[in-house]
Amino acid sequence: MNQSMLLIGLCLALVAQLSHAGPKIERWQTTSGARVLFVENHSLPIVDVQVDFAAGTAQDGEGKAGVASLTRGILDLGVPGMDETQIASSMADIGALLSGGVDMDRASVTLRTLSMADKRGPALEMLRAILSQPQFPAAVFDREQARSISALKEALTRPDAIASKAFWAAMYVAHPYGRYATPESVSSLARADVVAFHAAHYTAQRATVAIVGDLSRAQAESIAEQLTVGLPSGPAMAGVVLPNLPSGGEQRIAHPAVQAHLLLGMPALRRGDPDFFPLLVGNYSLGGGGFVSRLMKEVRDKRGLAYSVHSYFLPLQQLGPFQIGLQTKKAQANDALKVTREVLATFLAEGPSETELQAAKQNLIGSFPLRLDSNRKILENVALIGFYDLPLDYLDRYPENIEKVSVADIKAAYSRHVRPEHLVTVVVAGE
Amino acid sequence: MPAQLPDNLKFYQKRLMPMRHARLISLLLALAAPAPVLAETYEHQLANGLRIIVKEDRRAPTAAHMVWYRAGSMDETNGTTGVAHVLEHMMFKGTPSAGPGEFNRRVAAAGGRDNAFTGHDYTAYFQQVPKQKLSEMMQLEADRMRHLTLDAQEFAQEIRVVMEERRLRTEDQPQALLFEQLSAVAFQAHPYRVPVIGWMNDLENMTVNDARAWYEHWYAPNNAYVVVVGDVDHQTVFAAAEQYYGPLPARPLPGRKPQDEPVQTGIRRLTVKAPAELPVVMMAYKVPVLRDVDQDVEPYALEMLSAVLAGHEAARFTNHLIRQQRLAVDATASYDSTRRGPGVFHLYGSPSEGKTRADLESGLRAEIALVQAQGVTPDELARAKAQLIAGQIYKLDSIFAQAMEIGQLESVGIPNAQNRRMIEKLQAVTAEQIQAVARKYFRDEQLTVAELDPQPLPIAPRARSPFAPRH
Repeated sequence: MNQSMLLIGLCLALVAQLSHAGPKIERWQTTSGARVLFVENHSLPIVDVQVDFAAGTAQDGEGKAGVASLTRGILDLGVPGMDETQIASSMADIGALLSGGVDMDRASVTLRTLSMADKRGPALEMLRAILSQPQFPAAVFDREQARSISALKEALTRPDAIASKAFWAAMYVAHPYGRYATPESVSSLARADVVAFHAAHYTAQRATVAIVGDLSRAQAESIAEQLTVGLPSGPAMAGVVLPNLPSGGEQRIAHPAVQAHLLLGMPALRRGDPDFFPLLVGNYSLGGGGFVSRLMKEVRDKRGLAYSVHSYFLPLQQLGPFQIGLQTKKAQANDALKVTREVLATFLAEGPSETELQAAKQNLIGSFPLRLDSNRKILENVALIGFYDLPLDYLDRYPENIEKVSVADIKAAYSRHVRPEHLVTVVVAGE
Repeated sequence: MPAQLPDNLKFYQKRLMPMRHARLISLLLALAAPAPVLAETYEHQLANGLRIIVKEDRRAPTAAHMVWYRAGSMDETNGTTGVAHVLEHMMFKGTPSAGPGEFNRRVAAAGGRDNAFTGHDYTAYFQQVPKQKLSEMMQLEADRMRHLTLDAQEFAQEIRVVMEERRLRTEDQPQALLFEQLSAVAFQAHPYRVPVIGWMNDLENMTVNDARAWYEHWYAPNNAYVVVVGDVDHQTVFAAAEQYYGPLPARPLPGRKPQDEPVQTGIRRLTVKAPAELPVVMMAYKVPVLRDVDQDVEPYALEMLSAVLAGHEAARFTNHLIRQQRLAVDATASYDSTRRGPGVFHLYGSPSEGKTRADLESGLRAEIALVQAQGVTPDELARAKAQLIAGQIYKLDSIFAQAMEIGQLESVGIPNAQNRRMIEKLQAVTAEQIQAVARKYFRDEQLTVAELDPQPLPIAPRARSPFAPRH
């Protein structure tokens, strides 16, 4: 095991301090038009790469719900000259890890590899082939389609999944964010749909490459070129249309579970909106701040109504949701809903107190180093900045942007983004 | 499914499914490591018996602080199952000098994140903070190690929260229910038969005095250890520990009965019916765990067997059962060689549409039979070892993961300084040893099989009411 001894030596020798401010991010474009963000960091012999495409479920298209997820799921299960087992074996042999997933906006492929050339080289070459030349073998398509259908059928029995689907559908009526895959929609997909989806959406123009770790700038540039030169070519970033705000209301769905699942919310916030910081700081006091939020105190601590209760904003390319969620035993569903609505109404009317505001700032600013204390966390942040085209000094200015928020800013931002007449409520298993 | 701690949720149960060998193998790195790597960990014992273990990692200006108590649900008795976990909740409900909610408030004000978790073997509390806040965390933890209030009103609220937690994580989760029942049948005498969160009826009848008795029995410095990893100097940490934890008195601890499980002499089977779509098969074979780091061979071989069967996307279960035979939509294996109690090797999965639970059970058994008859290939063994080494390096990217690893090993009484030896032993595992444990322990006499028989929902999941404006 001389090799691992060498690795250890490297780990010891290169103990570098991560910066207290945000990491130094370099940004450029590849010749094929992909955006690249890079953070050089030699503290560990590791390279992390995340490639994001504007190929999330919002791009599914009418009648094709599920195609984005299926495409991503099969992407790394066949490249020229290698089947899925050979791919997985060769990655395992060098200790490389492939992961990723799909959300509304993004399809992500993430690689973690050791940085030594004999590990990094083959791992990145495999990633290149996966992104540019996926074979989508017919037998693999059939099998993964069947597995997806099984998973969707299982999800249709689960109260949390039922609640989530109903919630998104109610918030985003006739909008891509409200569309979801069903066993029927996935059954109707053909391999050609996946091939076409890849060709249209996994293009260099829609790609963002985030690289963090033990590389020089020159090495990172060459890797970014390698990963994107063979990607399909196509039009620039796909837009998502503005959703109409829902007219509010409440939906109740019967289910035999012992606990009711409650969700309240509405479309609320785009990435890059300047109201992000007042909404974030305010939400800390409302339901974001772990064990110290109002919702946690009123619903859990004072009344013992729930184990977990939270609120958050999920900013997306288009208005992403503001959401409150909790679970409580069936008989308490209405009580819990009443308390939750009262907490929200009071907060919207009055905002946080000055004391709460100071506590929120203290935590959000004080915990800033915890957001960036590993390469993995830096990668997530940098990928987000790249994909949504946020300012390069987003992380550097994060503490000061929180510091300058006032109670008046929070009240004004909530009045613009969280409007009771548009709030939808879903209760599963609540009777 | 990576096994990660949810940021704002307590978990009371080691994850059933993923990454079982992560811990042991985790050590692989240090293994090959020359002395300096091991020297990264420093230890000091206070006069009251509390041990402090420090690992310096200066990559970022943060630190993880953990307090581990050697008391978990396996130390509970009938009628008060779940009390270890209930006490964990009550630890956030105040002392005379820091009232209810004050602990969370002060950690938040420090820019920190905190939580706790209870397992069969231990109960642990942690904070992740900017490094300059470490001593304040020690002050808070030392205070509640001895001075917990345990107010009856607070208890009455919190026990309801715990029952909601049980509903959320077990009652409405068919796979969790199945696992709970499987453990209750596989073990008859040993307390591993009881779920960490406790039986619902015991929670319904628990009193604040039960929680107080638990606290008085087990929460003492001589039954605990502190793990600190991060941008710290170990001497400074030792001095702070002396200042805050040092004044707490040691106390006599209750005896622990072994409660050894009688030998199982025949296959056991059970079925659970619950609303679901996919059937599930879980198989539990009784196997040994690590007791003597130096002399033992079999636990290391079982760890490698688990890696060969289900350690990565090209491992046998995925390759054979999911891909080639299309027998399963999911299939995996898990084994944890480091536990205080008896060992179990789990195999589990869900059959594909058109296949039965019996088909999948046969498929899982056939994979074991294949290893028994033909062993594993050199490539497979080398691949498992390569993955483990890489995983060890990747773990260095997380301060929290490093602290968890130290804490979990110590919880079963293995000093983390033994890591090097454990890794050597893992690396030395041969194909013959893997075949030998497969032959010796994977027999029906030692097997319990649990099946989830999925039931259709009584009412189709459609809207009972159309979307209606609320009043």
